[in-house]
Amino acid sequence: MHDNVFDRFHSGESLLHRLDPRVKVVVTVIFIISNVLLPDAAWLAFGLSWLLLLGANMLSGLGIWFSFKRSFVALPFALAAVTAIFSIPGNALWNWQIGLLTLTATDTGVLRFLSILVRSWLSVQMAILLVAVTPFPDLIHAFEHLRVPAILTTIVAFLYRYLFVLTDEVMRLMRARESRSATLPGHKSGGNVFWRARVVGNMTGQLFLRSFERSDRIYNAMLARGYQGQIRTLHAHTMHRADWLYGLVAVVLILSLHVVGHFPLG
Amino acid sequence: MLYAPAPMHIPDGFLSLAISIFSWVMTVAILTIAIRKTNKALGERQVPLMGIMAAFIFAAQMINFPVAGGTSGHLLGGALAAIILGPWAGMLVMTAVIAVQGLLFQDGGLLVMGANIFNMGLLTAAVGYGLYRTVIGRSNRTKLIVAGLAAWVSVMTGALATSLELWLSGTAKLNIVVPAMLGVHTLIGIGEALVTVAALAFIFRTRPDLLGEQSVSAKGGRGWVVAGALITLAVVLLSPLASVDPDGLNRVALDLGFFATETASPINILGGYAIPFLGETPLSRILAGGLGVLVVAGVALLAARLLRKRTEST
Repeated sequence: MHDNVFDRFHSGESLLHRLDPRVKVVVTVIFIISNVLLPDAAWLAFGLSWLLLLGANMLSGLGIWFSFKRSFVALPFALAAVTAIFSIPGNALWNWQIGLLTLTATDTGVLRFLSILVRSWLSVQMAILLVAVTPFPDLIHAFEHLRVPAILTTIVAFLYRYLFVLTDEVMRLMRARESRSATLPGHKSGGNVFWRARVVGNMTGQLFLRSFERSDRIYNAMLARGYQGQIRTLHAHTMHRADWLYGLVAVVLILSLHVVGHFPLG
Repeated sequence: MLYAPAPMHIPDGFLSLAISIFSWVMTVAILTIAIRKTNKALGERQVPLMGIMAAFIFAAQMINFPVAGGTSGHLLGGALAAIILGPWAGMLVMTAVIAVQGLLFQDGGLLVMGANIFNMGLLTAAVGYGLYRTVIGRSNRTKLIVAGLAAWVSVMTGALATSLELWLSGTAKLNIVVPAMLGVHTLIGIGEALVTVAALAFIFRTRPDLLGEQSVSAKGGRGWVVAGALITLAVVLLSPLASVDPDGLNRVALDLGFFATETASPINILGGYAIPFLGETPLSRILAGGLGVLVVAGVALLAARLLRKRTEST
């Protein structure tokens, strides 16, 4: 594969890069849970949460705005939360009539909506940072240590390894489709939606067969190299004192956010 | 960019902690069974195959086709994976796909991944295979028609489950989110059905042995038919109810202790469950959540036992 669009790892030499992947995974999950648990409109705590994130960005050596610049992927989904504005009882702000439906926007509803956006935005940034400072195979290894069943981690490892290869297949299939789809000026190209869907179906079937037959060859090659049902690694992860320490500091910081969030001053 | 996100991946922050954990418990329970079943049924040879198949579903989602007005459709693959690989292996493959989408592309959150796997991987595979299972042994034409229907229903099931989770988390208004999600996914589902049917037709033409009566996929028990029928029935009953009579569903959810009335307390830790006679205390919510899980697990176990007896006798 020529371009590494799927590799989200940014190599570097930093504290976060060196940290044991288990610590990074656990801290990320705790951070996301913490965001969900912070009450609506706890703006101070949300702000501090973001500061924490910026600090982590700085420690990663990738630049303080690294995760911020990439954090707008989840925005389209915000549409689903818009209805929260109308669904939560509170003081009415304005009314909106669509047909038979009367929508009443409430102040608590608006606060809920904004809080959901902020929570999602913070969580996405932490996840972005996690995969930027951890090579994907290490991440899979961390999940193995965290008791995710071996069959799942193995499937994910294969998925990641062959994603690049199969993407090449997809690109070839799409290039072939494009070169078949020449149009004469003034004529409509291709058939209707059903025809186009059938073309995609044939491409999908073709891709399936190529993948299926490739898996046979891969299995034989692996068998020839001594595969016995699980993937081995020479890279044994061990937790050092620093890993425990930094993990602990991160958890304490996140917990202190909740003191601010749940017991506002005054 | 090759990678096109699907509108069904819930990001973190959109589901309450209670619903997230509840979905994880359900997902882990079903996956545990799936792992046990596949470990028993498949040898070491199948593990690389399932990995490549996961990569196949992931890559197949990149093949898009223009629909209308600049939008394009692409495959989701839950039903297709289950039909080709059998229900349990299909579930594991879809789980891997959704996990990588969430981890690597932030397409879907981490804490809510349980819900995403449940909606897009487990439900789609179960209902897709369940409906397809009814026509095993029939003509290819019948198989293809039913596979198309199964693919469409699988997308609608996932969309309905997603909107119900959003509603139970207090993120969305029921009588808006359900019609909106189902409306969008009616079209997405048609695309899914067309591509699934065409892909299966291609495989029937070129490698019929892979989908024959001796294939892995034919080995799912008859219980899947029941599961598929039940899920379809639930979708058919719940969708209009949620769109037309949201108060009715609200009532049911309240009676089941599923839905928290909004509390004004600053420490709203588990904004999800409550047992009526215990009041709105954290303890009652935890108990209610636990009870719900136990009930679901009990029903599942009972169903599994009954179905096993039936398959043994036939």
